[in-house]
Amino acid sequence: MNIVVTVKQVPDTWAEKKLDAADKTVDRKSVDNVMNEMDEYGVEEALKIKEAHGGEVTVVTMGPAKAVETIRKALSMGADKAVHLTDDSLHGSDALATSAALAKVISTLSPDIVITSSEASDARGGVIGALLAERLGLPQLTQARKVTVDPGASKVTIERLADNGYALVEASLPVVVGVVEKINQPRYPSFKGIMAAKKKPLTTLSAADAGLDGATVGLAGAASAVVTSEAAPPRSSGTVVKDEGDGGTKVAEFLAAQKLI
Amino acid sequence: MAEVLVLVEHADGEPKKVTAELLTLARTLGEPSAVFLGAPGTYAKAKEYLAQYGAAKVYVAESDDIASYIGGPVAEVLAKLVAEASPVAVLVAATADSREVAARLAAKTESGLIWDATALSTDLVATQGIFGGSTIVTSKVIKGVPVIVVRRNSTAPEAAPSTPAEQTVDVTISDAAKGAKIIDRVVEAKSGRPDLTEAQVVVSGGRGLGAAEHFALVEKLADTLGAAVGASRAATDAGWYPHQNQVGQTGKTVSPQLYIAVGISGAIQHRAGMQTSKTIVAVNKDPEAPIFEFADYGLVGDLFNVVPQLTEAIEKRKAG
Repeated sequence: MNIVVTVKQVPDTWAEKKLDAADKTVDRKSVDNVMNEMDEYGVEEALKIKEAHGGEVTVVTMGPAKAVETIRKALSMGADKAVHLTDDSLHGSDALATSAALAKVISTLSPDIVITSSEASDARGGVIGALLAERLGLPQLTQARKVTVDPGASKVTIERLADNGYALVEASLPVVVGVVEKINQPRYPSFKGIMAAKKKPLTTLSAADAGLDGATVGLAGAASAVVTSEAAPPRSSGTVVKDEGDGGTKVAEFLAAQKLI
Repeated sequence: MAEVLVLVEHADGEPKKVTAELLTLARTLGEPSAVFLGAPGTYAKAKEYLAQYGAAKVYVAESDDIASYIGGPVAEVLAKLVAEASPVAVLVAATADSREVAARLAAKTESGLIWDATALSTDLVATQGIFGGSTIVTSKVIKGVPVIVVRRNSTAPEAAPSTPAEQTVDVTISDAAKGAKIIDRVVEAKSGRPDLTEAQVVVSGGRGLGAAEHFALVEKLADTLGAAVGASRAATDAGWYPHQNQVGQTGKTVSPQLYIAVGISGAIQHRAGMQTSKTIVAVNKDPEAPIFEFADYGLVGDLFNVVPQLTEAIEKRKAG
């Protein structure tokens, strides 16, 4: 199995995130940046498939120079090699441009399975799996809480989350798989893994190396634009009451006063 | 007036409330055209509803292919309609399925995509709360036909009875769009409660509940209020409640009229999924819990006393 897994470096999940005042892109300078938490599930699933069926796991990311830290993390978890698409001209790319750029890089790797996670904690679009499927012309096996690969039949079956259960969805390789949290428990990098990661092959590509047209990427190529941005009015705390034995009744009185019951 | 395409959100033909919201919103932008895609024979169940909420036109595409594959067929039919009708915008609901369809449609039509809009002005400037609602941005599509994914509960549905023109759409789906085939649908633990992201009232439980069986308290309160049940990540990670009920940064985002947080500390992870709720009520025994910093009404106390008393008080008021 030739497995490609996409990862993204994002501001730490627990950090207060902001937009850059000048160009209204996500401010990645004033916060700690980490591998998108959801992507750890994608990397773990890629490693599990490799462990079960053999093959190779290639990590692909697009992002600024320091996104190499996120690549290192994926490699230290056990991925075999990585491709880092990085170029100043890519700054400010929207989901459509990002998916086109990633698809271009991924297609040169001829994967059997492309794995993405369900969403990144900064943009929260939840669309990259569908976009990669569209761009690569591959079946879209997204929202997967379970993935079963049958190399003999050249098939992948997933359990796709639905509102009231799941759908069993099947496709022939090659495919794009989007995993949700809960599909697995991502491993921690071992000391050995961290040391080994330093020696694993890492290819760095510029936009030109990847054959991307500068007019279609970055802020210049974006299909939508932020007009205004402001901090939401802070939610001030309302009444806080200590329970004196009649707390439940008091809450009910509040709800009634607000005409909520 | 130019057309505004609205993708009808439905379950086997039964329209979901968000469809009425989208049609109401579409009426402010142009002439609403509902796009109904479903299995053969399902449109009949939606017809009256779409007319009631003012669809000027309904594109009807019924085919087994629509409901049998993930992503591709719906996006393909919509792309064809966009090419034919040149609408001013396409509106879809922010459901898991439809946002993926919207993304594929935007890619196919080389158009801009905006997700999780909570408002849309007549000149198509969308409002979004980002970073869990801590920053409000307005944004605009600058390329192609705007594809806007609209949050549920963003617009109050208003009826505007019409007699829509019906146009049957030929559904010929390419093989490429039929890659991911649905071979079975499995219903699990159907609760009879409203869908979490559509509910007007949500009651969520967290770490403070201490055990799976104590979620019964949350469920009972929810049922008294006709509410959906949510859970914090701590509770779903502990296996106390199903993952699909998780509210938060890595779970669902909800924006109901009333959100009641039971035994939830309100760390940013959870806050990001619920802080745009209209009214927030919190019950927690820790007076230092961050949730009290943004709840409209906070009660510091033992949830095992407070919640049953609250449930009873609401029942009494309903009876009286």
